[in-house]
Amino acid sequence: MNQPVLTVRDLSVQVATPSGAKMVLEGLSFDLRAGETLCLAGESGSGKSMTALAIMGLLPKPMCRIAGGSVKLGETELVGLSDAGYRQIRTARVAMIFQEPMTSLNPLMTVQQQLSETLLEHGACTRAEAPGRALQLLRDVQLTEPDRRLKQYPHELSGGMRQRVMIAIALACDPEVLIADEPTTALDVTVQAEILDLIRDLQRDHGTAVLMITHDMGVVAEMADRVVILRHGCEVESAPVRDLFAAPQSAYAQELLAAVPRLGSAPPRPAKPQGPTVLKVDDLTVRFDVTGGLLNRVTARVHAVEGVSFDIRAGETLALVGESGCGKSTIGKALLGLVPWQGSVLVNGRQTRGMGPARLKPVRRDIQMVFQDPGASLDSRMTVGDQVAEPLLIHGLASGSELTDRTEHLFRRVGLSPDMMARYPHEFSGGQRQRINIARALSLSPKLIVADESVSALDVSVQAQVLGLLQEIQDEDGLAFLFISHDMAVIEQVADQVMVMRLGQVVEEGARDAVLRDPRHAYTRRLLSAVPVPDPTQLRHERIETESLGSPIWPAGQGPEKLHLNAVAPDHRVAV
Amino acid sequence: MTSATDTTPAPKTSRKGVRILQDLLTRPRAAFGLFIIVLMVGAAVFAPWIMPHDPFEQSFDGLSLVGAPLPPGGDFLLGTDLLGRDLASRLILGTRTSLIIGVLANGIAILLGAGVGITAGYFGGWVGAILMRFTDLMMAFPALLLAIVLAAIFQPSLLIVALVIAMVNWVQMARVIYTETRSLAERDFITVQRALGAGHLRILLKHLLPHLLSSIVVFGTLGISTTVLLEATLSFLGVGVQPPMPSWGNIIFENQTYFSTAPWLVFIPGSAILLLALAFNLVGDALRDILDPTLKGRH
Repeated sequence: MNQPVLTVRDLSVQVATPSGAKMVLEGLSFDLRAGETLCLAGESGSGKSMTALAIMGLLPKPMCRIAGGSVKLGETELVGLSDAGYRQIRTARVAMIFQEPMTSLNPLMTVQQQLSETLLEHGACTRAEAPGRALQLLRDVQLTEPDRRLKQYPHELSGGMRQRVMIAIALACDPEVLIADEPTTALDVTVQAEILDLIRDLQRDHGTAVLMITHDMGVVAEMADRVVILRHGCEVESAPVRDLFAAPQSAYAQELLAAVPRLGSAPPRPAKPQGPTVLKVDDLTVRFDVTGGLLNRVTARVHAVEGVSFDIRAGETLALVGESGCGKSTIGKALLGLVPWQGSVLVNGRQTRGMGPARLKPVRRDIQMVFQDPGASLDSRMTVGDQVAEPLLIHGLASGSELTDRTEHLFRRVGLSPDMMARYPHEFSGGQRQRINIARALSLSPKLIVADESVSALDVSVQAQVLGLLQEIQDEDGLAFLFISHDMAVIEQVADQVMVMRLGQVVEEGARDAVLRDPRHAYTRRLLSAVPVPDPTQLRHERIETESLGSPIWPAGQGPEKLHLNAVAPDHRVAV
Repeated sequence: MTSATDTTPAPKTSRKGVRILQDLLTRPRAAFGLFIIVLMVGAAVFAPWIMPHDPFEQSFDGLSLVGAPLPPGGDFLLGTDLLGRDLASRLILGTRTSLIIGVLANGIAILLGAGVGITAGYFGGWVGAILMRFTDLMMAFPALLLAIVLAAIFQPSLLIVALVIAMVNWVQMARVIYTETRSLAERDFITVQRALGAGHLRILLKHLLPHLLSSIVVFGTLGISTTVLLEATLSFLGVGVQPPMPSWGNIIFENQTYFSTAPWLVFIPGSAILLLALAFNLVGDALRDILDPTLKGRH
């Protein structure tokens, strides 16, 4: 066995809080060897990102400090290293890539400038050689049209391309260690698969040691040689990846692995009596104008949603799935009248086309929405009790003691104590906040809830609980859900019907098992094959490469060709 | 931490006001600010009874033998001004004008600026465009010139001076609030309210305004000193508070020729303006913290 390139011993990190210093990382130890991938896995607040920042010497000062332990890069001790000393190390010997590639790149500099800056800063080449080296780096990260990309700015690149550029910058000086902090969390699943492949290829070619930080056990299973599971800043379990997945030793690891949704493992959905149709959508189209020129004329249109039709019955869950920009969230917003749309939407038999806010108000009682970010969708200046009660006040449905009673009932309904009503949103965890959002959406006793990525921001164990709550509510009240998500495994758990969207149009729709177990459209297959499998023994799916997605933006007067759905089986239709 | 552990349902306005006041008094800096404000209001209200001399009377012994103002001490507590009038009395009476101008003009500016900013930012579209272009127009116009023109059209009086100052000062507030409202209105919790069917007024007052309060408070308190000084400038140009009525601003301007020989004539009213602005700033800062529930329990 070769010598470890990175040795961490008893690393502890303290954060100053109003109530005194708090340990966020305690006594963490691990070794990282050349060519190896070590995954730090854990839920939010486990201290995994703190570890990365501590190694890089990037802990936010003065709130955070390393309270003890040692971090050795080869023979160099990093704890207590001066800023000047760190500048020699960062990127040259330890490089880091972050979750959000857009915010990590400088929007005012071209790709070439940013790559050259890094190369020159560390004396990796001369000024004359820089453009050539930059081009080579972009080729290494398999960016298409590298010559053109060099001259582009970050905003002209897609998320996946930006992350490739970030990786190119990180690898510019051929570092010994690459720290990747949730490098694919912000990306679509097909792009995630490509980026993970790329990291694996580069690691093989360069022998870089990779420290990967992730919350996604699927990514862990695909990437890791060894895994360290963290919880509340303490190591819970450390094991080779196969051992961990085969037989987790600690109770927490067992729990964590059990909560991971596995594609293909969900039990069959119970047969339900055919309820009445609560939502009937016909030929829904949403277009946004892009104006330009001297007279502010419409030069192009974003065809966000093009002629989508579907029905949802009471007690049924329709899942909308697709990658970012496919128009799935826009459909949710259109249904609630939050964006202008054309077509026909019947909520509980009532046509809502052309209704103004005032006439739409009674319709809103039947259809409500739960958003992705549970924190952002609550007003931080208002008590949660007031916020859950507010819809009842807006619609004049209750007041006085009846209002309090109903609010208390809603809190109990979503598994929260009514004592919590006087608190503010920041006093709750992410899962609790989402419960509050659900309580608010339920307050008007709607027939349909649009859940827009409602569990995507939650940790897996919390995600499972919230999905359980939603199922329970559906079983009790016969509520219909329009479940919008990019996560195939979650979709499989909740959906009765599935619709796969691409560029604003439906490419495949039908019963859950038909679409997910017997996908007919190339795009559906590609989506499914890209999902990381939380099982290290399983061979990775053969990735199906297809042409790039294209863009939903068309010049004025033009538009995409309308896709026609052909029935391949009863309750299974595929675009030709 | 008192209110953080308070689990009784929030009582409405009146008791909430008492709670905020109690909270203010537990913060030393805010309590100091509040004390200064109370002191100044007291001086303004009870001016006729606490002034040691007639503020308009040129005392026979109010000037030195060479006609220079008297330094502080002796019969005249804070000395005399260039006409031999008692500075202390003029300062106390001036509290009335300055406080009225400071609070009234600034209050109008805040209401107008925040109102225009929040409306333009929330509604956007052509409403926002018209309001903000008008704001830009006002901003581009030289403030002093505008003030002089307005003051010349209307007969100078305290109310008119306050209105003129408000007309000049509201634009900055409108700009700041507009920008902030724009970004707030895009946030999820506002979208949720729209999805719930909440009316515009409810969204504006119950959900947007509380988030804008900190900016309003900071700009509002900063505006107090600018307002008092602008009043002084107007008075100096003869379109503000009319002599012999004193205000802190015009005391400074009347006496500035004596700056090197009798510096107290500028320093004393100057300090009064500073203290007023400071007091409002301290209270405003604390108020902002109290109104932000995420900062609860931290002083």
